[in-house]
Amino acid sequence: FLNCFRRQSDGYRTLSLSAHIGFDSLPDQLIKKSIKQGFCFNILCIGETGIGKSALINSLFNSNFEDPPSTHFLPSVQLAAQTYELQEGNVLLKLTIVNTVGFGDQMNNRNSYQPIVDYIDAQFEAYLQEELKIIRSLFSYHDTRIHVCLYFISPAGCSLKNLDLLTMRSLDSKVNIIPIIGKADSISKTELQEFKSKIMSELVSNGIQIYQFPTDDETVSEINTIMNGYLPFAVVGSTEKVKIGSKMVRARQYPWGIVEVEDESHCDTVKLRKMLCTNMEDLREKTHAQHYELYRRCRLEEMGFRDIGPENKPVSLQEAYEEKRLKFYLELQKKEKEIKRQFVQRVKEKAAMLKEAEPQVQTKFECLMLMHLEEELKLEEKKNVLEDEVAKFIEKKVLAELLQSQTSVSTP
Amino acid sequence: LPTRAGSSLEPEEHSMEPPAMPEEEEVPLTVAPGPAGCQLFGYVGIEAVLDQMKIKTMKTGFEFNIMVVGQSGLGKSTMVNTLFKSKVSRKSSQPSQEERVPKTVQLQSITHVIEEKGVKMKLTVTDTPGFGDQINNENCWDPIIKYINEQYERYLREEILITRKRKIPDTRVHGCVYFVPPTGHWLRPLDLEFMRRLSKIVNVVPVIAKADTLTLEERAEFKQRVRTGPEGLLECPMCPQPWLKHHVPQIQEDLKTHAISVYPQEDFDQDPEDRALNNRIREKIPFAVVGADQEHQVNGKRVLGRKTKWGIIEVENPAHCEFPLLRDLLIRSHLQDLKDITHNVHYESYRVRRLNESNRP
Repeated sequence: FLNCFRRQSDGYRTLSLSAHIGFDSLPDQLIKKSIKQGFCFNILCIGETGIGKSALINSLFNSNFEDPPSTHFLPSVQLAAQTYELQEGNVLLKLTIVNTVGFGDQMNNRNSYQPIVDYIDAQFEAYLQEELKIIRSLFSYHDTRIHVCLYFISPAGCSLKNLDLLTMRSLDSKVNIIPIIGKADSISKTELQEFKSKIMSELVSNGIQIYQFPTDDETVSEINTIMNGYLPFAVVGSTEKVKIGSKMVRARQYPWGIVEVEDESHCDTVKLRKMLCTNMEDLREKTHAQHYELYRRCRLEEMGFRDIGPENKPVSLQEAYEEKRLKFYLELQKKEKEIKRQFVQRVKEKAAMLKEAEPQVQTKFECLMLMHLEEELKLEEKKNVLEDEVAKFIEKKVLAELLQSQTSVSTP
Repeated sequence: LPTRAGSSLEPEEHSMEPPAMPEEEEVPLTVAPGPAGCQLFGYVGIEAVLDQMKIKTMKTGFEFNIMVVGQSGLGKSTMVNTLFKSKVSRKSSQPSQEERVPKTVQLQSITHVIEEKGVKMKLTVTDTPGFGDQINNENCWDPIIKYINEQYERYLREEILITRKRKIPDTRVHGCVYFVPPTGHWLRPLDLEFMRRLSKIVNVVPVIAKADTLTLEERAEFKQRVRTGPEGLLECPMCPQPWLKHHVPQIQEDLKTHAISVYPQEDFDQDPEDRALNNRIREKIPFAVVGADQEHQVNGKRVLGRKTKWGIIEVENPAHCEFPLLRDLLIRSHLQDLKDITHNVHYESYRVRRLNESNRP
């Protein structure tokens, strides 16, 4: 054969193959397995009540997910997750939509973002717990971590609200944020461009990291760069269809015209859909390799694990686990001792109480005994008196009967 | 084990029934989904995720590590060269003074980068000279087991770091090809013992080496003999039962008797389709292979083969030897599966063992 060796930068020789071996089928083998397993994608929608979150999701995925409208009067922000299974061709997608219910509705919205942060962290935590288990099953784990956050900006007003800035700032290191302008059909074209620029400059000046579509791969870098320039996407969603020409299309019908959801000159909904679909893998990867790793690192350090020990030597997980186990065990021992001590204390106190009470109870008892004796004597007396009376009565009765019999005898 | 997605609903999931559609509605463009699927009213573009995966994997490349085990002279190096159609292993057919058989089992790993149609693969082949060559071969598998476990340990240490690499380098052995000498009789105690121990920690693919010394009948008999054992009432060295008792139709059963589960393991078949495919492979195990690194002219074509006085044995001809089956299994169809089983099963059980160990005496 022909073989030539070339030294590569990482020190491994590159071999030239003289004939077809067949491992070029590897990506297909991998894809086949992934198709069998199915794909998971979790979207978090943050926005005020009524800004069109459900309508947009329905429009994006061309379906009719049930989601009843909520009121404005919830006491705090709640997160509601729903999972749907979508099939397109070979691809089975487990899509989870998490909605923020009641966001921005409270009088004091200061802590509106906290439940959201807690939810995102909880999903990371669940994954981390599974990963740390001794016997674990990561490949069949249903991934609930949020892969993308669609942040709905209200079309009213001319810039970002304080709540928006606060929320996005607390989330940008935990999740991929794609800002979108909801109900964009209420903004005119000229106002829209100004609005978009204002929002982007505010995000930059506030140091908020939003998700940028990746531009490092040549096949997608051009389209992604263009799309990055359209951010934030101005979207319109609709659950209703209107007849235009001979087709039924998703649209919103106004007295002055019809806004078509799927028309790119009307709104950016189709762009958002395209970007979500063509960058799904990148969103998932960033969530896992960047946001999750950051969470994991902080959490492990919180729990007391270190990579480098006190003498600057690497610490093995074995030792870390041992240390933790020892610490935990010592704590348990301490607790046990404390509980024992408390128990002994209580028993002593109770015993002392009882001891005190003893002589009192004794006197009471004796008192009662005496009372009983007196009663008994009284009753004895009464009984004797009664018996005397009974005896007397019987005597009287006998006498009376005798007299009666004598009288009856004497009268023939 | 991963189950087939889409065939069952978890309790907390909410699934849609396809809603009733008015007549003017467009016919949805999707393939009929399973009972739990949602109906899409039009094309969304979710399929794009498959292309993204392909691009991503082609960019990052693949790693594949195989180990070849067997006595010297069984043609291991030639086999590897034939598999990867290049001089992966630089063994010569006449061992020189320096290349004499070592006194103990030594492991040598060579790494190459190969590329085919844009797919880059980092291939590491670990050879085991000295295996089974000593007079007393007891425990000759220990250095091999130690090496395999060392790779798992390396991966584990990377995985449990707090600040860990984006891509953990994978040196774990994905497949161990075990060369059985073509004695024509049955698996020797060394073969059984080795395969028994190693199939617990790594994917073992047994092959009958230098199968050109067996005629087709002898080959079939060998595979059969391994199933039923010799005619004499010899006692099986592995379990105190007379050989004749092993009247089982499949070689797999014989290996099963000794609790040896070679690749593809039955336990990890994912669905009926998988099982059917793997059963066909299991019927042929072990593959009878011939290795060759020279090309010859046959019927006007250049083929890889061994030239003997009585003919040219064509390596790629399924009528001559089962090398194509081995190549297809290892590379064309089950390469990803070998890696997945290594990662999801063998590595996980190593991790469980390791984390359960206590340092305290």
